[in-house]
Amino acid sequence: MKTIKVGLGTCGVSAGGEKVYAALKNEIAREKIPVKLLETGCMGNCYQEVLIEVSDEKGNDYMYGNVTPDKVKRILDEQIRQDKPIAEWIVKGLDAEMEDTFFAKQKRIVLRNCGIIDPNAIDEYVAHGGYQAIQKVLKEYTPEQVIEIVLKSGLRGRGGAGFLTGMKWRFCRQAAGDKKYIICNADEGDPGAFMDRSTLESDPHSVLEGMMICAYACGADEAYIYVRAEYPMAVRRLHHSIRKAEEKGFLGKNIFGSKMNLSIHIKEGAGAFVCGEETALIASIEGKRGMPRFRPPFPAQKGLWGKPTNINNVETYANIAWIITSGAEAFAAMGTENSKGTKVFALAGKIARGGLVEVPMGLTINEIIYDIGGGIRDNKKFKAVQMGGPSGGCIPASMGDLQIDYQQINKTGAIMGSGGMVVMDETTCMVEMAKFFLRFTQDESCGKCTFCRIGTKRMLEILERITDGKGQAGDIELLESLADKIRNNTICGLGQTAPNPVLTTLKYFRDEYETHIRDKKCPAHSCAPLLTFTILEDKCTGCTLCARVCPAAAISGEKKKVHKIDPAICIKCGKCFETCNFKAIIKD
Amino acid sequence: MKANDKLNAPHAKNGLAGFKVELWNYEGEQGALIPILQAAQDTYGYIPESAIDQIGEIVGLPAAEIYGVITFYSQFRLKPLGKYLVKICDGTACHVNGSERIAGVIEDELQASGNDTTEDGLFTLQKVACLGCCSLSPVIMINDETYGRLTPKKVQQLLKEYKTKAQNPQTA
Repeated sequence: MKTIKVGLGTCGVSAGGEKVYAALKNEIAREKIPVKLLETGCMGNCYQEVLIEVSDEKGNDYMYGNVTPDKVKRILDEQIRQDKPIAEWIVKGLDAEMEDTFFAKQKRIVLRNCGIIDPNAIDEYVAHGGYQAIQKVLKEYTPEQVIEIVLKSGLRGRGGAGFLTGMKWRFCRQAAGDKKYIICNADEGDPGAFMDRSTLESDPHSVLEGMMICAYACGADEAYIYVRAEYPMAVRRLHHSIRKAEEKGFLGKNIFGSKMNLSIHIKEGAGAFVCGEETALIASIEGKRGMPRFRPPFPAQKGLWGKPTNINNVETYANIAWIITSGAEAFAAMGTENSKGTKVFALAGKIARGGLVEVPMGLTINEIIYDIGGGIRDNKKFKAVQMGGPSGGCIPASMGDLQIDYQQINKTGAIMGSGGMVVMDETTCMVEMAKFFLRFTQDESCGKCTFCRIGTKRMLEILERITDGKGQAGDIELLESLADKIRNNTICGLGQTAPNPVLTTLKYFRDEYETHIRDKKCPAHSCAPLLTFTILEDKCTGCTLCARVCPAAAISGEKKKVHKIDPAICIKCGKCFETCNFKAIIKD
Repeated sequence: MKANDKLNAPHAKNGLAGFKVELWNYEGEQGALIPILQAAQDTYGYIPESAIDQIGEIVGLPAAEIYGVITFYSQFRLKPLGKYLVKICDGTACHVNGSERIAGVIEDELQASGNDTTEDGLFTLQKVACLGCCSLSPVIMINDETYGRLTPKKVQQLLKEYKTKAQNPQTA
């Protein structure tokens, strides 16, 4: 029988996936069409949501993009009943040469099941090789051997800092004590990152299985998943998956007939970015204010409730089962000398084809932006890419040939981070961008360290002054000096990396700062207080639209005559610029 | 959602008395404070002052410490919510795609700013860091519905729909 899968991750649902699903369901029932309707998670090419995939009896898969409820009838009619694929709606599966290259350079390990299986059906995960790795581990390996395999694979923590996962596990294994915990950090707080959300929504069991293998290796019998409460669908699917795994006997006591016991609890975060830091996360699970503490002792020695604890993030755990079944060598064969395997990136911003992509380490930035992402929207110019969120930095377009691996990215002043990649074009002001991130860290600073609490505030004030057209000579130097002090006088990653967005934009776009300060101009035409709006006499038709939307009554002119903006009254809100149908208003 | 199931049980819905009884289920559970606060907020839409003392009895912490936890996390509110919670995403991707403009339109339309509730009690605004649907940016959420690829016009239309819905509940 033919099947239709509807992508129902958060982005699919937001784009209207549930309405498409309902329309399909109704139509199939009404017309008694012999087809099986299924749901799945994120297919990756979010820019074409809503996505559905049709599979026929001959094993052909056709992916339809931008599906709306009114397209449903024709798809069922032609594709399902008459076996006639609708070429103009198909985005993948019909003709490889005609398709865009979104999928060609990807290698899916973490996302191996995403968009393929029904995340709520444990049997589908099992049918796709799920829970084989944990059984193999329990039967064939000692905990030390598992750690050895993970070490040999070269897997580094995917949460951002990139510490060797096997090492972390070994520290926890070797720590004294009978009671140990493992934690999955699913507090994906970086604005512009959604890798972990998609993985949890689309393939929750792969994360659970990775945690089970880790628990075996570390000798833990209790585990926590700390997940953002802002991800309700991920929370729901995790609860469901844990319950199903328990029912099957995959979790609980004597897992797969072994001596291993493991229970997994879910703790919902309460909206504090700093809780992504491991010691703050532990404090939050314990029910306290999520404030980081000084390390050492590291969580591997003294973690949750004072017991040895191993923390990894979602993507790290999702790699583990694949490494066990395919071998450490297969994983280590991908990537560069010091960064093995693949990395998932959330491609967003001014990119033509945004979505979730997984690529082998070592691809260049340009390959991701152009070959996978299809370049910049609206034929604008690629200016920079932001990696690593508020702890990372902006890498300029001129460095597009840079290979993506931990060392190379660190050299630029940005960090690999958890995988957010926000692309910017010529209309993005880099000073404003730095201000945006600093406002974020300033907001999220827990307040423990003086330099993070007050230093970021002072830096933000300087940036606000610059973008308001009140920058002073010496501001850049003051920013640099504050950045240096914040970096060296704070105890956790949030504070130590908070200046990065400012430092990298200063490094690569210093002239933009200078133009703001010296000439009181914004080269990207983005900072409103630095703009002047003027009406072009030869283009204005005198339609009066701008005068009507102007909230300050700064525009005057008679009907069918050229209008004028009074710069003394203009509040620079840009409403006239947006409303003009004749492109008669320019901003400079 | 263990905690929420309990608090949503019929006998727990009758105000604080029922609420207090339910709380005893958490006694002795390690790190229960945050789940209890989340459950309280799920029930009431915010954390009532009177609940703080009662929660304190259960978890054995002074009210000041509980207040400290409440104010630390952005999820918790000490004031009642409007009928519709409008979460305006200002994550990086939304930001570069014009979320500030969207926020401006919403503030203009609703005559509220920052994290306010409108005078009619219909809408509460909340700026959030990232809703995680970056490929649909700019994005807002109204209660549990997510709306993406927004333009100022679309937002105005959307808010109008919600206002009408609130005025004519039977047609909604």
